Amino acid sequence: MKKNWLPLILLAVLLAFPLVVTSDYFLHLMILFFLWVMIGSSWNVLAGFTGQVSFGHAAFFGAGAYTAGLLFQHLQLSPWWGMALGGVVAMLLGLPFGAICFPLRGAYFALASLALGEGMRHIATISESFTGGMMGIMIMPTFVSKIPYYYIALALSALTVLSVRFVIHSKPGYYFLSIREDQDAAESFGIDTTLYKNVSLAISSFWTGMAGALYMNYMGFIDPHVVFSLHDYSVMAILVAIVGGVGTIYGPAVGAFIMVAVQEFFRSGFFGLFDYIGKTTGSASFVSAAEVVRQAHVLGFGILVVVVILWLPNGIVGDWPKIRRNLFRIQPTR
Amino acid sequence: MAFFRVEKLVKKFGGLTAVNGVSFEVEQGQIFGLIGPNGSGKTTTFNMISGFYPPTSGRVLFRGKEIQGRKPHTVCRLGIGRTFQVVKPLGRMTVLDNVIAAAFSRESSMRGAREQAERTIDFCGLVPVSGVLAKSLPIAGRKRLEIARAMATRPELLLLDETAAGLNPTESVEAVELIRKIRENGTTVVIIEHIMRVIMTISDRIHAINFGQTIAEGTPKEVAANQAVIEAYLGTDYA
Repeated sequence: MKKNWLPLILLAVLLAFPLVVTSDYFLHLMILFFLWVMIGSSWNVLAGFTGQVSFGHAAFFGAGAYTAGLLFQHLQLSPWWGMALGGVVAMLLGLPFGAICFPLRGAYFALASLALGEGMRHIATISESFTGGMMGIMIMPTFVSKIPYYYIALALSALTVLSVRFVIHSKPGYYFLSIREDQDAAESFGIDTTLYKNVSLAISSFWTGMAGALYMNYMGFIDPHVVFSLHDYSVMAILVAIVGGVGTIYGPAVGAFIMVAVQEFFRSGFFGLFDYIGKTTGSASFVSAAEVVRQAHVLGFGILVVVVILWLPNGIVGDWPKIRRNLFRIQPTR
Repeated sequence: MAFFRVEKLVKKFGGLTAVNGVSFEVEQGQIFGLIGPNGSGKTTTFNMISGFYPPTSGRVLFRGKEIQGRKPHTVCRLGIGRTFQVVKPLGRMTVLDNVIAAAFSRESSMRGAREQAERTIDFCGLVPVSGVLAKSLPIAGRKRLEIARAMATRPELLLLDETAAGLNPTESVEAVELIRKIRENGTTVVIIEHIMRVIMTISDRIHAINFGQTIAEGTPKEVAANQAVIEAYLGTDYA
């Protein structure tokens, strides 16, 4: 087996990126990408490797974000402390939830996780005196420049992927996969399936909570509809993993890159192409077409996911040998 | 103190009594056969012993300790391994990874588990397919993988549920050889089997049940000649 240098080269490129590209716009996109690497990879630990599909990762993301925000608002604690605690609080939210749902099998966990995410949003909305309700929480970002955030986000997302890699190649990883493949078999050879499902949830919710706290620090504003959003976080987490490859270590990172790119591609009207044509030709229809395209990014995700599920059911990383074969006409070397 | 004993085990599913007061005793080092027609309660008995079903009443004693009603993973750690009649390969993992996952029950380090798994794979004759995905194994390989996984947990007592079912004659001879080897290795075996040639040749003692109740117990010869057993298998015309 040859050593895989790609991740190291990639890491070097990412470290050098802000030195070359100084545009805030691209740095912002990269930070979003790192956030999605964290969320997608965490979701993947629980759903992709352990087989416990979650429709409610927004609950953990929001819990992390609100931890950082509330600690600042009520105790004037720096949101950076909140970041350290955000993951822990998300994990603490996950544990009793897992303890209740994991002794059951089948769709119960998936359904309950959906309820958890939605429930958390309502709780954050209703408890106005504590969370500020729909007013949200605003904090002053520590840095004006995006570069510090870039490196913090890079470090956290790299740590997430590395920890997933480490766990998957050790005893808990084997246990997660066994649980995913067959719970009865797993029990029969000595795996406490309830316990290890909880371990998997703890890892997953911790990193998602960290991502949420990072989001609070970076964006400076959260409200319940932003951070507990079903379609922006719970569902996006699933899409990121599906596009990149469910149950692969680097899949969610690839998926995150593509999803952020697709979102931006649509949001900017094909990188300003429509606006440009509209302006140069003076045609009003192009300007209004640009408006439509901007709002069609969800449609873009939909089409992308359909394409991936039809032709690459294991995601881009999972079906990489197939892509290589068909695209580059190279026979896989083993 | 008996090595392993089952006392008056009863399992009721609603109004259906699947197992009704089965008792037997297994000595260390034995190969103990459990036979009976379809639906007689053999697999239900296994499921009660290995913790998948809590018994409605009765006791399971392993080295003098009551173990009924414990979770399957605890029973495994106590030293009772099992295989499934309907095989349960971890399909998207290689044969080696299947066995490594099981070996982690006794080994905490990656290296230890890997070495244990490699020894077990060698013992069970799965070396040629060790890098293959479990889902691509034919039935004989899957049955063997079941045994390998159970053996990787280093059981003192191994419950084999229809290990030779669905195998061709050559394969079933190989399965018998493997079971003998497991016993020589120091593991006590309780085996459920329908193929008479298999169970009659390897068992030291046989326990026959029908409709959840014991109908006979003894050496293979005694059981084969037993009136009630012949009746249960062939009907009253032949008895």
